[in-house]
Amino acid sequence: MSSATDSTYAARDHARAQAVPVDRPRPPEGTAATDVVWAETVPGGNYTHRVLARGTSLRLADPLGDACAHLLLHVADRPWERLNVADTTKVQWNAYLGPGSLLLSDQGRVLASVTEDSSGRHDALCGTSTLARNTQRYGDGTPQSGSPAGRELLLLAAAKNGLGPRDLAPSVSFFQGVRVAADGALTYTGSAGPGTAVTLRAEQPLTVLIANVPHPLDPRPGYHCGPLEVTAWRGRATGPQDPLWDATPEGRRAFLNTAEFCAARGI
Amino acid sequence: MPPTPAAAPAVPAVPVLSTTVLNATVLSATVPARAAWSAAVRAGQSLTITDLEGNQAVDFLLYDLLDTSVRYSAADTIQAQGSIFLSTGSRLLSNEHGLLMTVTDDQVGRHDTIGGACSRESNTLRYGHHTWTQHACVDNFLSEGARWGLGKRDLVSNVNWYMNVPVEPDGTLGIVDGLSAPGRSLTLRAETDVLVLVSNCPQVNNPCNGFAPTPVRVTITEGAG
Repeated sequence: MSSATDSTYAARDHARAQAVPVDRPRPPEGTAATDVVWAETVPGGNYTHRVLARGTSLRLADPLGDACAHLLLHVADRPWERLNVADTTKVQWNAYLGPGSLLLSDQGRVLASVTEDSSGRHDALCGTSTLARNTQRYGDGTPQSGSPAGRELLLLAAAKNGLGPRDLAPSVSFFQGVRVAADGALTYTGSAGPGTAVTLRAEQPLTVLIANVPHPLDPRPGYHCGPLEVTAWRGRATGPQDPLWDATPEGRRAFLNTAEFCAARGI
Repeated sequence: MPPTPAAAPAVPAVPVLSTTVLNATVLSATVPARAAWSAAVRAGQSLTITDLEGNQAVDFLLYDLLDTSVRYSAADTIQAQGSIFLSTGSRLLSNEHGLLMTVTDDQVGRHDTIGGACSRESNTLRYGHHTWTQHACVDNFLSEGARWGLGKRDLVSNVNWYMNVPVEPDGTLGIVDGLSAPGRSLTLRAETDVLVLVSNCPQVNNPCNGFAPTPVRVTITEGAG
């Protein structure tokens, strides 16, 4: 009895017959097709990663209002400089991310700036989910399960860029909000609804690691996470002519440090 | 009047399991102003940090002694307790959401774990480029961590004992005048064998040390402390 895969030739044909066109998300209206460098949809419970040139715009979109993009940034090729959420909030005197926020490294430089934000529901305090917590909450948190933990997926994304567990500092997440009361208590505010997006501008060459998993404070008993659309296109880093450069004294010095450092590196 | 009992014969001192011995001091040291300090704290031992002169921020990192890739996670600690402030009962969790230490006593009321450590680099953003030569907590963590084989990749968001960082309704946060006072202390119980890194914060540009860094006392005891 023969099957479609009972010989190398048949197996090859069988494999090749499986490919189908993939729907890719579109960048914003007006973006030249030749400038687009990244376009993919990340299902809930999955991850992605990419190295982006300085000046690249990275748009994260939440079409159904149920994505949660957990993000880590490292400077490409020198990953010991990386996102520092404490410096990000402390230096900018604000616990909440929004339009005009800078994602700062531990070296007093900007990794990325938030150039657009139609959600306003983000979190720089709670980090991501773990194997232990997801096992407790959903019965499993391993990458192959139906409820993978954010840290497990970020570890895989990191490994594919030569990085390991010691390189995973606290992450930020987009599209599910958290607020702090005067007594320090956290309130989960969740999603702003379908159709929101955040655009980041890479201010240095970046290794971008993204896990799309439920926020760790999501109170729903089930594991729910919608698709995340990722697009990126070529552009220029923030310069002195940009209003963001001078928006705050701390930010101006961070952009200045970044520009000087990149100039010395020849980029 | 009963007769006075005869003096007991002298016996050599033998360690006896008693409350006194269980609370015995393993190590006690004064960390000078601006200095770093580190120690291994074994499961069941307690670490007491005393703010000798008041309002002295103590930057603090924590690692699993057997596997330092497992380290304190401010994010896991915050998400598990549903609050940004640390005080009695706070469970300091790792990046794998495991329990490293528990705050068993706190004479201040709340401590920070979102403000991170000061650095020469972030000082340039916060206070101007003229501050780049000043000593800072990250340098303390790097030099003290190097003694244990730790490097820059091993530094993550830390605890700031005795530091006061409120968050306003619009998200504005900042380091404001402290709530501590001379002699106040806090005690942590190690739930597994841990490595503790301390930077006695040298910052002079904000009120976290009352603009004048001072020494703190660190004491490790057997038992509850």
